[in-house]
Amino acid sequence: MSVIVKNLAKHYGEQKAVNQISFEAKPGRILGFLGPNGAGKSTTMKMLTGYLAPTSGEAEICNLTIQTAPLAVKKLIGYLPENTPLYLEMYVREFLGFVAETYGLKNIAQRIEEVIKLVGLTQEQHKKIGMLSKGYKQRVGLAQAIIHDPQVLILDEPTSGLDPNQLADIRSLIKSLGKDKTVIISTHIMQEVEALCDDVIIINKGTLVANTSIADLRKEHQQASLEEIFKALTR
Amino acid sequence: MLAVFKRELFSFLSSSMAYITIGIFLLACGLMFWFFPDTSILEYGYAEMDGFFSLVPYLFMFLISAIAMRSFAEERKEGTYVLLATRPLTDLQIILAKYLACMVLVLFSLLPTLIYYYSISRLGMPQGNIDTGAVIGSYIGLFLLGGAFTSVGIFASSITKNQIIAFAVAVFLCFFAYSGFDSVSRLSAFESIESTLVNLGIAEHYQSISRGVLDTRDVVYFITFVALFLGLTKLAIGGRKW
Repeated sequence: MSVIVKNLAKHYGEQKAVNQISFEAKPGRILGFLGPNGAGKSTTMKMLTGYLAPTSGEAEICNLTIQTAPLAVKKLIGYLPENTPLYLEMYVREFLGFVAETYGLKNIAQRIEEVIKLVGLTQEQHKKIGMLSKGYKQRVGLAQAIIHDPQVLILDEPTSGLDPNQLADIRSLIKSLGKDKTVIISTHIMQEVEALCDDVIIINKGTLVANTSIADLRKEHQQASLEEIFKALTR
Repeated sequence: MLAVFKRELFSFLSSSMAYITIGIFLLACGLMFWFFPDTSILEYGYAEMDGFFSLVPYLFMFLISAIAMRSFAEERKEGTYVLLATRPLTDLQIILAKYLACMVLVLFSLLPTLIYYYSISRLGMPQGNIDTGAVIGSYIGLFLLGGAFTSVGIFASSITKNQIIAFAVAVFLCFFAYSGFDSVSRLSAFESIESTLVNLGIAEHYQSISRGVLDTRDVVYFITFVALFLGLTKLAIGGRKW
């Protein structure tokens, strides 16, 4: 059930967006994926989900590689893309129904009911997605990522644009999902990493600069705060 | 694939855009075929639909380009294509689902014109004096032509994120594929390959089917045409340089 990344690279011409990174995400643990803007976080996530083809290297998800078994891998992954693109003209339930159908789920109505409750969309479930506020759109994005109960969750900045109350809700949801799934989240908020993550990888200009558990990272840097460590590593 | 097809179709049917373009298409058909003296059947005086079937391809260029322009361009612009690409669907399934949804719209726009056939057969002298075989052939031709234009429209939509550009490119490509080869073949420089060039154009095959003769060569031509453009679409989508 784990995600193993080996020498994954993505080049755009001369520019190396992601340069030979390797890491592993284990089930039951939440992996925080950190790095400054433009470091290659989203590109890496897009490669893991099969949206972008890597220039070289491979990603293994639950013992399957995305290049050789793309459809099987995509079934195992739930993905929340950055900026949460959604079909704004669709209704919340209609959209979730569509997503469920693409996975060929059974008992779709029941499953929609469950995820709507899980992400806290009950109040807004009959609205058009375009009419929702940013926080609720984010929840719809999360709902579409978990609707097929995937073993691997890849969330690209899942908490951007949420108010403090929503933040707490979503974090506890991710935490509970992380108990039996492999979760990779990217974020810029250091408190979130400390609150949520077990392991952390830091990427800077496409290269990996840290790949360890939070406790070890602290030990290595004499108990400095995560923010200071981040600044020191990505300067 | 069925899910994507259904979503596409519903999003067409729930937006006013589809109704407006189909409405305008039918209005233009009606005006040209019944009212404008230059092309009107009433002025023409024979109970035939030939005039209609030679007009529709030109209207189709605009109608179909308008229907198909949003299919990929909009998804690219809004960034929603990632929602489809990360599902357990192949690129080809996504393309086919969008293609078929557009084709259903094209069929919807064609259905009301069956009334013309009824009207004309009533106007014939004696009543019902109309070449039904030719009309059926022409409708099949029109359907195949619509299929070809739709594949061009889908392709044009896949190479840009701007719907207006997609529309303009699609109209031009449709026009060129329909009558461009004919016109080019008349240049004296191409005298030696004239018939080959004419054969490459859609018009030649469309007219051949319109005569009421369903030749496998023409059908194969249309299938190849559609496969070629959907294949090009797959290339454009697969690169994902956006």
